Amino acid sequence: MISLAGRDILHAWGKFVFTGLGLGLLIGVTLTMAGVYRGMVDDAKVLLDNSGADLWVVQQDTQGPYAESSSLDADLYRSIRAMPGVARAANVTYLTMQIRRVLPGGQTSGNDVRAMIVGVAADGPGTPGHPRFLLAGRQLVRGHYEAVADVSTGLQLGERIRIRRQVYTVVGVSRRTVSSGGDPMVFIPLKDAQQAQFLKDNDAIVRQRTRTERNPVLNNPAQPGLLPAVQALQDSYPYVNAILVQLAPGSDPDNVAEPIRRWKRLSAYTRPQMEEILVAKLIATSARQIGMFLVILAIVSAAIVAFIIYTLTMGKIREIAVLKLIGTRNRTIAAMIVQQAVALGLIGFVVGKTVATFWAPAFPKYVLLEPADAVRGLVAVMVICIVASALAIRAALKIDPAEAIGG
Amino acid sequence: MADTHNGIIIEGLRKRYGQGDTAVDALKGVNLRVAPGEVVGLIGPSGSGKSTLLKCLGAVIEPSAGRMTLGGKVIYDQGWQVADLRALRRDQIGFVFQAPYLIPFLDVLDNVALLPMLAGQPNAQARQQALQLLQALDVAHRASAMPTRLSGGEQQRVAIARALVNRPPVILADEPTAPLDSERALAVIRILNQMAQQFHTAVIVVTHDEKIIPTFKRIYQIRDGQTHEQPGQAALTPEPGASA
Repeated sequence: MISLAGRDILHAWGKFVFTGLGLGLLIGVTLTMAGVYRGMVDDAKVLLDNSGADLWVVQQDTQGPYAESSSLDADLYRSIRAMPGVARAANVTYLTMQIRRVLPGGQTSGNDVRAMIVGVAADGPGTPGHPRFLLAGRQLVRGHYEAVADVSTGLQLGERIRIRRQVYTVVGVSRRTVSSGGDPMVFIPLKDAQQAQFLKDNDAIVRQRTRTERNPVLNNPAQPGLLPAVQALQDSYPYVNAILVQLAPGSDPDNVAEPIRRWKRLSAYTRPQMEEILVAKLIATSARQIGMFLVILAIVSAAIVAFIIYTLTMGKIREIAVLKLIGTRNRTIAAMIVQQAVALGLIGFVVGKTVATFWAPAFPKYVLLEPADAVRGLVAVMVICIVASALAIRAALKIDPAEAIGG
Repeated sequence: MADTHNGIIIEGLRKRYGQGDTAVDALKGVNLRVAPGEVVGLIGPSGSGKSTLLKCLGAVIEPSAGRMTLGGKVIYDQGWQVADLRALRRDQIGFVFQAPYLIPFLDVLDNVALLPMLAGQPNAQARQQALQLLQALDVAHRASAMPTRLSGGEQQRVAIARALVNRPPVILADEPTAPLDSERALAVIRILNQMAQQFHTAVIVVTHDEKIIPTFKRIYQIRDGQTHEQPGQAALTPEPGASA
């Protein structure tokens, strides 16, 4: 038996191809939306991967350092490092801000880049918090004024950038080092990052010093060393956002985290707990937002397919009446309509997958098109097309074969 | 139940539309016989019941009463006597319409071969059978053409080939010459006569066409839902070559 659907498609291929193109663009948007969600989840996971940590120690009763703010004493990492099961521990700070390029003349460029500044301990490569792989250049080895920037910042080796008061030279370029929000990371030495995060501006410092000098308890002539000591203390910023902990081989994360929570009165999160915070909580609203879009796009796609297939079928009323009159079974006619709907869906899916693949890299945030999502998308498109063809099938089966006979 | 007459026999066929006060009797006891190899005309004014009779014969609508025998088989006797009307239409009845109504997305050969394919014949065999008929109707050279590329006469010949391809005992033709000029209309009737004799098919041609009415040997006129048989002009005209 010949394929009636195939012959009809070949006969009116232009109509099918152009309709499929339109549908394909819609499917492309749908696949891209799914890719945006996957990209957000992947950003969250690479953030954890890049930190190189097995445990995240943060301020008690907070879900920092990514989902909430957290502030810890910078010296705490030493006592954490001494705990059983801990191989390495290092301070880290995170600060999202705009950074500016410094032009050769010393002026700053108007084109600033939004980035997450990561302050990492200058204990050399392998220390938790450092980028694990570089595309070019080297890791941070000096204690000040060096930076390693993610390639998506557009910064290149040797370029200079201004972060708050200081100018940094880019010595390394990393890849897929992004925040949970998709902002590229710029790694700088911890001391510089603390200064960038906590150092007040000059006027505020002067006002604070004046206020301290006016305090007779602190500015007591009988104790000449007290005032400079207090002012030095006020100008220091011994805080970090988190301590990244690497475990010794064979150590159980939960067993190591428990004494940290109990005896250090801190919060300590294992990798699964941190993934839960980032994926289930931090991007939950965005995920629901995207989910709503996907549902709407699926409904719109179904409506379009249903309308197109219905219109194509209604354009063939006389032919269908003749087919029924000469003895074509209902299931042959229904199969013709379903096959056409499926063919339309296939054309649309191929177009959609192709355009999504081409335009995904142009998106400012990471769009991850997973093959499994493409398979799910294909199945969804097929199901939508089959369901959408039901209306046309119903109409076709109601066509009276007597319509082929006049009178 | 079988009947020795292999053409068409209709006895006391009635069709009522609606119920109660609004009921309309479209057929009021129609009687009609067409022998195998015979082509008869069915004429009558609009609304006389021609199309209703054709639809009943074509197993498209159910009569209200009476008896119909097609190809020696009783298909209706106060109720349908066959389970699968679709298969009946496919295997026992050939249809030729006012317009050819060829399937526009199939080429000429597949338009004709579609019926045997639907009946379960292998594609190659169905196409071979279709090609033989197209040759008999002198349109085999257009076998690979799409219907829209054919002239009106060629399309109607292809439609006749489609009606004949399953070798049905009965062909129902509904105004088959309406869109054609005189020459082509007469050619179509000539072909129907040839094919009826060649395949022993009983043919009913519903028509208003003054050009072709004289070509029938027998005519049934339908008036007020009843048929009246009358000899056609062709029956009164001696065959060429016959002695007076």
